[in-house]
Amino acid sequence: MFSEPGAGSDLASLATRAVRDGDDWIVNGQKVWTSGAQNAQMAILVARTDPTVPKHAGLTYFLCDMTDPGVEVRPLRQITGEAEFNEVFLTDVRVPDANRLGAEGQGWHVALTTLNNERVAIGSGVPSAMIDKVVAAWRAQPELRNPAMLDELVRLWVESEATRLTGERLRQQLASGQPGPEGSAMKLALARLTQAISGLEMQLHGEGGLRYDDWTLRRPEIVDFIGRGPGYRYLRAKGNSIEGGTSEILRNVIAERVLGLPPEHRVDKDIAWKDLPR
Amino acid sequence: MSTANLLYTDTEDALRDTVRRLFADRCKFRAVVTLYDADADFTGVWKTLAVELGLAGLLVPESLGGAGASTREAAVVMEEIGRAVAPVPFLSSAVLATVALLKTGETQALRSLAGGSTTGALTIPLSKPPGAYAATVRVGASGLTGRVSSVADANTADVLVVPVVGPDGLELHTVARAAAGMKVTPALSLDMTRPIADVEFSAVASTRVDNGAAEDAVAEALLCGAVLLASEQVGVAQWCLETTLGYVKRRKQFGRAVGSFQALKHRLADLWLEVSSAGATARYAADTYARGDAETPIAAAVAQAYCSDVAVHAAEECIQQHGGIGMTWEYPAHLYLKRAKSDQLALGTAYHHRARLAELIDLPTSP
Repeated sequence: MFSEPGAGSDLASLATRAVRDGDDWIVNGQKVWTSGAQNAQMAILVARTDPTVPKHAGLTYFLCDMTDPGVEVRPLRQITGEAEFNEVFLTDVRVPDANRLGAEGQGWHVALTTLNNERVAIGSGVPSAMIDKVVAAWRAQPELRNPAMLDELVRLWVESEATRLTGERLRQQLASGQPGPEGSAMKLALARLTQAISGLEMQLHGEGGLRYDDWTLRRPEIVDFIGRGPGYRYLRAKGNSIEGGTSEILRNVIAERVLGLPPEHRVDKDIAWKDLPR
Repeated sequence: MSTANLLYTDTEDALRDTVRRLFADRCKFRAVVTLYDADADFTGVWKTLAVELGLAGLLVPESLGGAGASTREAAVVMEEIGRAVAPVPFLSSAVLATVALLKTGETQALRSLAGGSTTGALTIPLSKPPGAYAATVRVGASGLTGRVSSVADANTADVLVVPVVGPDGLELHTVARAAAGMKVTPALSLDMTRPIADVEFSAVASTRVDNGAAEDAVAEALLCGAVLLASEQVGVAQWCLETTLGYVKRRKQFGRAVGSFQALKHRLADLWLEVSSAGATARYAADTYARGDAETPIAAAVAQAYCSDVAVHAAEECIQQHGGIGMTWEYPAHLYLKRAKSDQLALGTAYHHRARLAELIDLPTSP
């Protein structure tokens, strides 16, 4: 449980409070975009334990019992109709201090490790799999073909191949003990491509693109990009440039950590969290 | 496809260091830029590269006087040529002319090209994409007659490898550039570091060398050229990106480095990813060709379709993010823009390669 309605890209500004009470912590706040919360017994939780220090320094990482009566989980329905994620409301939730991971105030460092794992988890083969769907439709349905679209289709096929090869080279670099910095950037390429490919796919299908396969509020465990229809792919891909770090934040990360460009001005970094404007 | 090695071996890294040092020493910007105003002579650099370092024969087997290497090594040389916009006829002589001869089984002219004692050029317009070639030179009782425009490095070549229309189809002939009836007219080129020339044949004596394999030889040369040009484009793009990064970190406006503005940072992050991906496609093409993989035409088309536009994008960003100084003659960025744009047109534009790719991956055009 990381993101909050008021803390997205600026995750470290999160407001969920954990207050010490004997051997326990009392947690109050609201989390969002929590995957699997409807099934989970335990969840990881980042909460503010010290509002009097700058934002990064006042966070602590916990394991939270999701069966606590103060935990309320509500599905968060997405533009696709389904709900992969949840909103979680935390009201006087009691977390034993034994469930603290890392020292008090070290929550940001622990959280960064988790977030880095999340970014790496997205595969470089997804655009190729998506373009294969478009290519298959182009071959199977001659009536859909528009000569003006072919160049765009091949352009995206080429970009998918370039992304696949970049991922393959990354794997070879890792295997030979010289990891490249491209890992942080793969998600950027993936998001741009899945959006461009699915946008073209809708236009290729024309009348078929006016239809949708399933608006029911499903609770999927994984994103089924390939099994669903073009409309689903188009809508779900919009999230690729937002989830796990927006493309804009990733461009900052690449520019600063890989290319060594000057960092963004951080006017809030030396101000106590409680004194920040919000 | 999973067998491709997309990395560089220690030997390839050592080759890169050698070539980079040579160009850093003898292809400095101040010298290269004079090509646009005068007849500057870089023959010495080419001789060092071709003869002393033995790179003219990289793609030629040792039994024919070459180094017995492959497109993997040649690609490394091409990357460095791109980085330095080096005015050397490696692509025209050591790749296009050499590969064409190699495919025919000709050995005499090939040995001298491989040893670097002579320089060759395949007389085809530089803009010609891989695929069937309709020759414009004819063979008759009195010799070769016809005209070929925009041939790269023809003016400095000793021997021309000429696709010719014969009575039974395409033939391949060799001709001495200095032969009677030859007229080679240098053109003012957009990229004077790879100058083009128009070549006219008026009853020129020639030697037929194709052994019946002229079409395959020309196709192979253009395919190999397309594979390797992608690596040159990667080299051009890398120089442009690195130089731009260095500049935007130093240049201050509004009291801060211009590289601290997201309007530039974000574009540079995107460009870095493009250049990095271009490197993967070019390496894949070079490795695929070297292994004789049947996927080579696809890999070549992907690399050209991707890298040629990335090099132009990098050069254009380089000019734009430098601001005024990027437009000046005294800053090197323009050499890279001219090379990048010429390379985009050379051996077929990205549009050509995408159209070819549509055929190769079975995407029919008509409804």
